Amino acid sequence: MADATASTRRPERPLSPHLQIYRWSVTMFSSVFHRATGIALGAGTLLVAWWLIAAAMGPAAYDDFTAVAGHWFGRLVLLGFTVTFLFHLLNGIRHIFWDSGLGFEKPTARFTGWLVVALTGLLTLAVWVAAYASMGKF
Amino acid sequence: MASPKTSLRTPLARVRGLGAAKTGTGHFIALRTLAVALVPLGLWFLWAVIAHAGAPYAEVAAFLAHPVNAGLMLLFVVTTLWHFRLGFEEVILDYVTHDGLKVAALLANTFFTAILAVASIFAILKLAL
Repeated sequence: MADATASTRRPERPLSPHLQIYRWSVTMFSSVFHRATGIALGAGTLLVAWWLIAAAMGPAAYDDFTAVAGHWFGRLVLLGFTVTFLFHLLNGIRHIFWDSGLGFEKPTARFTGWLVVALTGLLTLAVWVAAYASMGKF
Repeated sequence: MASPKTSLRTPLARVRGLGAAKTGTGHFIALRTLAVALVPLGLWFLWAVIAHAGAPYAEVAAFLAHPVNAGLMLLFVVTTLWHFRLGFEEVILDYVTHDGLKVAALLANTFFTAILAVASIFAILKLAL
């Protein structure tokens, strides 16, 4: 509206700042990623169900499962599943502390945020080393 | 529900137990209770998968058939799916504002988890019994 006065014109700024406005911080990242990983793990329950159903159906069905899981793309999905699972588990522990009223101080929240990120990386590596070791690859 | 102006009930009494999913704090507590249970169950599941990565069929089937393992796997699957149902419900209520879509999403969420739970439980029992 060309004739609108300054007082009635809609201000040209985001009225409700969202993700694209804020500078990313580890606390923000871990909050967003907790939800995202939670949703992804819902899809992951399909893989768990497939594994169990294949085992219940017998050797042929189970071989089909291990063929897909062992394929490079299957391994990539399982690697993503591991990262997702570990992040949600570790950050979930952080959330349980928050729900008890602990760890809200900014330095503490930042530290535990980075701790979760670092432990997710380390434990993912540990899980895959252990899995390959249990397969006798080392 | 009577309008706030004509009701003799206090605002607290009206609000108690009525979140967006009509279950209020019960939803919050259930989600956290399941989360606490999933810490040890999730670690056990992770160990079970690592230990049987690429293992021959007979070994995996024998592992899952053991009563203790079957019991833990049942607990893990049911707790996980229940926790997911509640958590995803929270996501739907936060982001889906259209009433029809919201109801459809809530139904789909419940049906998805119920079907997966029954399928997984059936598979575990078939192996164990």
